[in-house]
Amino acid sequence: MKFWRKPLDLDEQKVVRGEVHILRDRCKGCGFCVEYCPEGVLKLDHAYNKKGYHPPVVIEGKECVMCRLCELLCPDFSIFITERGTGVPEVRDD
Amino acid sequence: MSEASVVKADPVASPAPPPRDEESIPHPMEEWLRMDRIPHIWCPTCGLGTVVTAFIEGLKQTDLERDNVAVVSGIGCTGRVAGYVKLDSYHTTHGRAIPFATGLALSNPKLKVAVVSGDGDLVGIGGNHFIHAARRNMDLTVILVNNFIYAMTGGQVAPTTPETANTTTTPYGAFEPPFNIPHLAEACGAVYVARWTSLHVRRLTESIRKALSKPGFALVEVVTPCSTLYARRNRLGSGLDLLKFYHDNSTIQNGARTSDVGIDFQKPFIVGEFVDHDRPTWFQLMEARMSATLGDKFIPKEGPSCTNSK
Repeated sequence: MKFWRKPLDLDEQKVVRGEVHILRDRCKGCGFCVEYCPEGVLKLDHAYNKKGYHPPVVIEGKECVMCRLCELLCPDFSIFITERGTGVPEVRDD
Repeated sequence: MSEASVVKADPVASPAPPPRDEESIPHPMEEWLRMDRIPHIWCPTCGLGTVVTAFIEGLKQTDLERDNVAVVSGIGCTGRVAGYVKLDSYHTTHGRAIPFATGLALSNPKLKVAVVSGDGDLVGIGGNHFIHAARRNMDLTVILVNNFIYAMTGGQVAPTTPETANTTTTPYGAFEPPFNIPHLAEACGAVYVARWTSLHVRRLTESIRKALSKPGFALVEVVTPCSTLYARRNRLGSGLDLLKFYHDNSTIQNGARTSDVGIDFQKPFIVGEFVDHDRPTWFQLMEARMSATLGDKFIPKEGPSCTNSK
């Protein structure tokens, strides 16, 4: 998560970080989690799972802010987030 | 089979995923699902699994006890919900989810009965039951999943199919005007009417929480993608493409006039919370009438759980 401008209370800001858990073999490869992850944490794997679908894989695991949108949207109950701790938000350079 | 016809994943482009002990942590939904029936039968990119998650999340946010909640559904893709949720549940015959749920609510007023069923089941085959349960303001929470089609039976035209949409029974395009479900429910007397799509998952969860906490006939319509029949026959892509369409074309207008919220084929549509008012429920009317006529001879049953808890 990045801020577009530097907030005055940046040193007090904390961002919850999540860890993504993917149940590969329950996934049906719909891609909802990949499309709607606000932080671009996931992408569809090139490899197949047991059912012949392409499940998601984590590419930017440290970016997860534990919004749980993937967990709520997943129609196959095959992705969920656990809390990993809190981090410090970054400020965009541009 | 020849060697060349075997499709293998490119070993360079797809590095093996790091070994993870995922099965050791159960998915948070597992305690609410009958895991012996999972994976479910719903197609890839169907929105029904999302609706189940939203329903359970909404239920968790209420103060209803798990033993005091029952789920009833009819026939159809959405009808499978009753079989997947680990709650007291019943899978009724086609269209008869609301009459069964009415009987359940009458026999045990402590029970909060939720009906989760499809558009064809609730307003098509069971349309008469729907309008009369709303008229009586029976203590039911109805989650109506609208995929615009009779999906499980093969994609026939439903009372919600928008005009010009192609279905298996209207190969030249549907020409019957469809139901505007929020308008129908409000006209019949529902006390809470909301419509969301399966993409508006947080707002949907909040609406389901409100509907479960509300005494009386509460309706939440959920527009969901049907990839295999509706989207494929109309060349709309996959369920993901339909979610993108909902994202770009749905406007949230809470409190909108329900007569304005009809859905046309692939046109922008309105979602939101349309109706939220109070009206005496069937139990309250019955008890008031019986007390007025019978006086002390009338012994009321214990009231519905939702009116006691809220």
